[in-house]
This record gives sequence, structure tokens and C-alpha cells, in this order.
Amino acid sequence: MNHQIRIYCQTSSLVEVRVFLQKTLRELRLSEKDQHQVTLAVEEICANLIIHSHNCNAKDHIELEVKEAPGKLIFEIKDQGEAFNLIDYEIPDLKKVIEEKRKGGLGIILVRKIMDEIEFESHKGTNTCRLIKWFRA
Amino acid sequence: MISIETQKENGHDLLILRGEVDASNSVMLDEAIQKLINDGSKSILVDGQGLEYISSAGLGVFMSYLEDLQERDIDLKIYSLTPRVYEVFKILGLDQLIPILPDKTAAF
Repeated sequence: MNHQIRIYCQTSSLVEVRVFLQKTLRELRLSEKDQHQVTLAVEEICANLIIHSHNCNAKDHIELEVKEAPGKLIFEIKDQGEAFNLIDYEIPDLKKVIEEKRKGGLGIILVRKIMDEIEFESHKGTNTCRLIKWFRA
Repeated sequence: MISIETQKENGHDLLILRGEVDASNSVMLDEAIQKLINDGSKSILVDGQGLEYISSAGLGVFMSYLEDLQERDIDLKIYSLTPRVYEVFKILGLDQLIPILPDKTAAF
């Protein structure tokens, strides 16, 4: 199984990400709850890239690929924007988010809580974020 | 796609959400809550029965109003969330910050 999609950097593309993931994940042995949550996590990464790394420039694009490996699912998200290393990002405290009326930061918390592994690399101008979800028996 | 409808019932303002809230449309949710506050609402009850999906952009809208609502003594409750959307509120711990009730009767 190998599925991929290219989306343009505008927030209206997020629905395309969800539709693509819903179709792709339906074939896999993930519970409905897990399907919903991994869709959310992948969308959060795409939304971050679209808004923060690409300033919603619809000429830029992001590649999303879903790969099935033994015991796990890998979501690979590639872009050529400003590198955002999610692993180094300090998770904001929920209280701080409320006090500062910050609307951002929550997405990263969701991604970290939903996914089992997160990898990030930047090579020759291409950033790759890999979100990994283990299958549970 | 999202649709937001407001209704008045027994002194409460119902905010009925349908569809999917993401970064492309969360501003609509923001405006709807702001309008209810500006119009002097004392109790905002969010009907989540038709809410199929909400990303951090939408959850962040609720979070950003928590202090304001508390200062103005305005109640905010959410009811009838589907189990999978409720799960997302729980992942973030928002169920500890906003009363989430099983149905409208419990929210009244």
C-alpha cells in the first residue's frame, strides 16, 4: 500500500487532507477512534506548515504520503518551506495558552499525544516530518 | 464546511455547530462567540451533536475565551458531543476546563 497526495498551501486544502486520509485509512486495521485521531494529527502538521512556514502561499505545496510498514503506519509530510522542527518545539503549558489567549500551540500537543513516534529531517531544502502510529493488537 | 446557528431557549443562548471546524473556518466560530458575548449573553450552550470534526484551530477558540467568560460571569457549556470528538477534548484536557454534558437537558 502506498498513497500520496500533493496539496497547495492554503487552509482550504485541509479538507482535501482529511478526505484523502479517510479514504486511505479505511482500508487499514485502525479503530474508528484511531482513524479520527491520526487524521487530526496529520492535519495539524499540514495546517502548521501552510500557515507558519508558507504564509498561506497557494503557489507552494506540501506532499503527504502514507506508508504501511510492519506493525506501524508512517505519515510522511514533505515541504520546501522554512524548517520547523517539531521535536525541538517546547510544548506550551495549557494554562499559559489560556492566559496568553494563544490560539496556537495546541496542535503540537495533539500531535505528540496522538502519535507514537515523530521524526524530522531537513536535507537540501526539503523538510521531512514523519509521524508514526503503531498498530495495536 | 461548517454551519453555525444560534437560538435562544429559556435564557440560554444555544450555539449549534454542524460540520467540520478547521483552520480555514475557525474564525466563524470565533465571531459567533464574540457576538454572543457582545450581545450580553449570560449562558452559552454549545450543541455539538452535528460537530463531526474539530481541529486545534477550533479548540483554541474555546480556550481563548475561557478567561474572558469567567471575568464576565458568562457560563459556557458544551453538550451532545460525539464520542470521537469528545475524545479530542479529553486528549487536551479541555474536559477539565469546560463543562461537557451528555445532552441538552443536562446542560440546562
